[in-house]
Order: sequence, then structure tokens, then C-alpha cells
Amino acid sequence: MIEINNLHKSYKMGANSLHVLKGLNFSIKEGELVAIMGSSGSGKSTLLNILGMLDEADSGEYTLDGVPIKNLNETKAAKYRNKFLGFIFQSFNLINYKSAMENVALPLYYQKVPRKQREEKAIKYLSQVGLKEWAHHLPNELSGGQKQRVAIARAMAAEPKVLLADEPTGALDSKTSYEVMDLIQKINDDGNTILVVTHEEDIAHMCKRIVHLKDGVIVEDKKVDQVRASQYV
Amino acid sequence: MRFILDRNTWQEIFGSISKNKIRTVITVIGVLWGIFIYIALSGAAKGMDNGFESMFEIIAKNSMFVWAQNTSMPHEGFKTGRQMQLRLGDATMIENRIPEVEFIAPRNVRGFFGSTPPSIGRGNKSGSYPLFGDFPAFTKIAPKKIYDGGRFLNDEDIAQARKVAVIGERAQRELFDKGEEPIGGYIKIDNVYFQVVGVHKFDQSGGFGGDGDIFIPFSTFRKLYNTGDEVGWFSIAAYDDADVVKVEENIINLLKNIHQVHPDDDRAFGSFNLGEQFNKIVGFANGITFLSLIVGIATILAGVIGIGNILLISVKERTKELGVRRALGATPAEVRNQIILESVFLTVIAGIMGIILGAATLALINNLTQNIDFPYTNPTVPIPYVIGALVIMVVLGTLIGLIPAQRAVSIKPIDALREE
Ligand SMILES: Nc1ncnc2c1ncn2[C@@H]1O[C@H](COP(=O)(O)OP(=O)(O)OP(=O)(O)O)[C@@H](O)[C@H]1O
Ligand SMILES: [Mg+2]
Repeated sequence: MIEINNLHKSYKMGANSLHVLKGLNFSIKEGELVAIMGSSGSGKSTLLNILGMLDEADSGEYTLDGVPIKNLNETKAAKYRNKFLGFIFQSFNLINYKSAMENVALPLYYQKVPRKQREEKAIKYLSQVGLKEWAHHLPNELSGGQKQRVAIARAMAAEPKVLLADEPTGALDSKTSYEVMDLIQKINDDGNTILVVTHEEDIAHMCKRIVHLKDGVIVEDKKVDQVRASQYV
Repeated sequence: MRFILDRNTWQEIFGSISKNKIRTVITVIGVLWGIFIYIALSGAAKGMDNGFESMFEIIAKNSMFVWAQNTSMPHEGFKTGRQMQLRLGDATMIENRIPEVEFIAPRNVRGFFGSTPPSIGRGNKSGSYPLFGDFPAFTKIAPKKIYDGGRFLNDEDIAQARKVAVIGERAQRELFDKGEEPIGGYIKIDNVYFQVVGVHKFDQSGGFGGDGDIFIPFSTFRKLYNTGDEVGWFSIAAYDDADVVKVEENIINLLKNIHQVHPDDDRAFGSFNLGEQFNKIVGFANGITFLSLIVGIATILAGVIGIGNILLISVKERTKELGVRRALGATPAEVRNQIILESVFLTVIAGIMGIILGAATLALINNLTQNIDFPYTNPTVPIPYVIGALVIMVVLGTLIGLIPAQRAVSIKPIDALREE
């Protein structure tokens, strides 16, 4: 599903240049649930943003579902993001003046799905994250865990090929974190490919594979026995 | 284009507009005020314009009067201070020599300009009325409305020096009994009986003349008062496309020539040029219209710039939101169009509200000034102005929306998302 080959990325700051990703290689198959770990500043978010086509690598290859991702203009990148990718952010990033349902329906709006269908689908995914009754509430009427579940429903609504989650539990307490991980595991059980950036050991072990970044290189890439989050909730 | 007609687009726009109510209201008020000023001012100016127009429409706009005075310079053996006298022959000369003259009506009067009024009566009734000796051409210059059943003087009256008279409403009221038919009746003017052939309607907006004026044929007047070919003054109308000031000058010069007056003698003949006065007033009204246009457009511009400013702030506030939208698949064009459409929509809504408010205000003013003696009629804003205003709104709304829209897409989504 995802193939990266010798990926490099530096940030230029004035005369200096900060080499963040120094030749990364890995391959992720369909249905995998991968944790990307590493200390702060190791380049986890940078990698995820490149995978999410929000940013571009300086060199190296990136193939998503057999499509080489190269030299995209903003319009093309937006279309790919809309079709291939779902994002889950640490700070949820819900639009505060839209109800839960409207938030979930937003990616479908950019897919030009008619309103009725959009709303039906949004309700369907909200039910899947257990928030059907909250469909017409605004984000600030929801708890942190609920917000993240809405965000997950939104990421799922467009039925993307890959879900990219940057510290999805970073803003949540451990009980709520496990609830969210339980949800992510269930979505993965249905066959969805998911990448989770985290620096929490317990969250990482709820995935099936851990990729460890240090100073811009992969120092470890191992399969793990998945810990089911459901036992903690 | 499909984008504009798409219901989804409008749901997005209504969403973001209605969720930012205070911002929306403030923005709308700015433009609303501008367009209100524009409509109210240009409508008021138009009303004044109409008022002046109707004040003058009764009398030919390019008409003038010419009369004789005393010379102020010696010339060809004549001493200074010679009293001038216009004569019937002058009219023929003017008509023949000055092609721009459309009508010329020699006139005489008793009981006006200080001359002794004739004694006019009927049976034991009598009154004081100015008496004019006129040609039919006079009504071509200053139209007179004649009541049904009557007529103004005609060529036959002149040729046969008939003893007929056209009298004013007041004269009818005072000389005839209520309900009595004036046409065909006789009145006595300086002991001569005249048959009434018409009653003219007095029109205040005409500005000249009164409701008691009595008109008799020039030839009859001449016989009655033994005035020979003397003429009190000329009423003259030039063709519509003629330069009245120039025509006036030509006439005076011709008269100086005929009457052997020094070419530089400005006192020998007096004249009054209505056309010139009219043009001055029209110029004044146009000036006001123009001024209100400038003020209105400047106010609209200020309002629209206000919209642009507020949108710019709101785009900055919404940087993160727009970043999220783009992460979810909004293309730069979609983001840009949404912001421009928000701008245009706000501008046009404000514009329409301003137009309605302006029109209502004008209607109110029109009602209030209905019975006031002020040159102000029908203060409507011409439709082209309104359409023009709307077009300006759309164009300005688009242009001003371009700035925040461009700003919104100039930030990379990754940077927009990082914004707190
Ligand atoms: N836009 C940028 N401009 C300059 N430097 C950047 C930029 N984004 C990230 N960096 C730098 O690149 C390095 C990697 O950043 P990145 O955000 O990928 O780290 P991370 O592994 O996600 O860390 P954290 O766990 O704190 O989120 C850091 O040193 C950071 O300061
Ligand atoms: Mg990070």
C-alpha cells in the first residue's frame, strides 16, 4: 500500500539546513496497523506529513497504492488527499462552527457528494464511533475523547485507503486514549491500513508493527503482538 | 459557473456567514450605508432636476425677451440718451436675417410694467387686468392652456383686427356669474366691446404671467391705442439646437444696426435670456447629481474596502480551518472561490438592502414635499443607476475578495495546520 525509498527531507532556516529525514525505506501492506515512534524532534510528524502529501520530500520515492507521488501541484495533492487519505490530528481540528455531523460530512462535500447522501454517510460513521446521538452538537459541547472520535469518523467518511494519525491520543487521558485505540483497532480489523505516530510505549504496542525513528533514520522496525485496547475500557 | 449554482457551495457560504454573525452584520452595515447614501443622494438630485425641468417645461427653454431702452453713446449724429422704440418691421428683419429664430412674437401691453391699466368691465362688474396685444405665435413660445370650448387668438383675428379677447381665470371669475358661459360673452375694454373667445388656465409653474391676463389681437390693440407699428417687446424662441446666447447677441447686433446705434452701446436694447438661466440651473442640478454620485461611490468603496478588511481578518482567524479543509481535500480554487463568493454575497445583500432603504427614504421625502412649493418632483433613481450600483457591488466584491482569497491559498496547508 505504501512504499518509500531513500526519503530525504531538510528544513532550511536561513543559511542553516536541518536534515530531518536521512534516507528512510519501508513498505506497508494493506491492512497493517503501524506505530511510528521516536523521541521529540526525531522527524515523526515530518514523515507523516510527507506521506499525507501535506509536505514534499527533497528526494527519494513514495508510492501510494501503486501511484507514484511526485511533483504534485496543490490542486492534484488536494484531490489525492481527498481520495486516498484520512487525517487524525492530536488537536482534533474539528471546525468549531459546524456540528459533529457537518464535520464528518465535510470531506464528502469536497468529493461533490450530494447533501442527502453526505448526511446519511456522516450519520453512519458517527454511529460507528458511538456518537449518533451527538450528531447535531457543536464540537465545544463534546469531551476530548468524543471530539477525537468525531475526527476519526470524519477521516473514515471519505473511505480512504490509508488513515494517518499524528498522536491521536496525545491530548487525552489514558482511559480515553484506550477507548480511541480500541476504535482504531476495530477499524483496522475491518481491513483498513492505519499509521499512528506516538511516543507512548503502551499505545505503540496496541499496533501490529513498530517503526522506531532516531535522528532521522529508522533504527528499528519490528512486528509486535497486538495488545487489545478493549481489555482496558 | 456550476460552482456558483451548486447548492452545496451556498450551504458552505451560509454556514460560514451565519456562524460569524457579528462580523457579517458589521460588514453589511458598511456597504449598506454606502449604497443608501448613493441611492438617496442621486435620487434627491434627480428629484430636484425633475423639479426644475417641470418648472421650465411650460415655457420654451431657449426663449428670450428683447426690449428697447435709451442709448448710452452718441452715434451717427444722434445724441446720447436717445429713446429707442422697437417696431413691427424689426420682427420681419430678425426672422429674415437670423435663421436660428424659430418664433418671434411682437407684444404690447397696458397695465403692466408701470403703464396705466385699461378700464375693463362687464355690466356693473369691473376689475384691473393687464391687457396684452399679441400674435398667435406667442403661444408657441409660452404655451397657454385654454379651457374646453375656447381658443387662443388666430391669424384671422389679426388680419381683420377682430374685437375678440382671451381672458384669464380670475377675469372670468370676477366678470362672469358663477355657471355663466364666458365664451361668446362680451366684456368692455376702454369702452369698446370685445367678445370672449377663450379662457386660459393659469399655471403657476410657468413663472411669468398671471391669472388675470387678457389677450387681444395685436392689430386690434394697435387700433385701440393708436400705437402704429410700435412694439413693446419681442418674445423670441430659438430652435432647440441653437446656441441661445449667440442668437441673443445676433439679434441685439441686428437691432443696433437697424436703429443706428453704436455697436458698443450695451444700453440701447435690453434682453433677458431664459435659456441661459435655464442652463445655469440645469448645470447646478447636474453638479449636485455628479457630487452625489461621487460621494455615494466613495462611500460604497469605503464599505467594500471594509468588507475586504474584515474578510482579511477572518481569513487570518480561519487559517487553521482553511488548512483543515485543504487536508480534507479542498483545492486552492475551491477555497479561493468560497471566499470570493462570501465577499460578493455579503456585498450584494448589503447593496440590495441599501437600495430598498434608499428607495423607501426617497418615497417618504416625496410624500413630505408633495405640497411644498419647492422644485422637487418624482425623486426616483433611474433603473440604470440601480443596475449600475449592483454591477459595481459584484465587481468590487470580487476584486476585494481576491485579496483575502489569495492570502488564504498562499499559505501551504502544512503551515496552516500548524497555526494555533
Ligand atoms: N517547518 C519547519 N521548519 C523548520 N524546522 C522544522 C519544521 N518542522 C519541523 N522542524 C524541525 O524538524 C525536526 C523534526 O520535527 P518533527 O515535527 O517531525 O518532530 P516529531 O518527531 O514529530 O516531534 P514531536 O514528538 O515533538 O512531535 C524538529 O527538530 C523540528 O524543529
Ligand atoms: Mg510531531
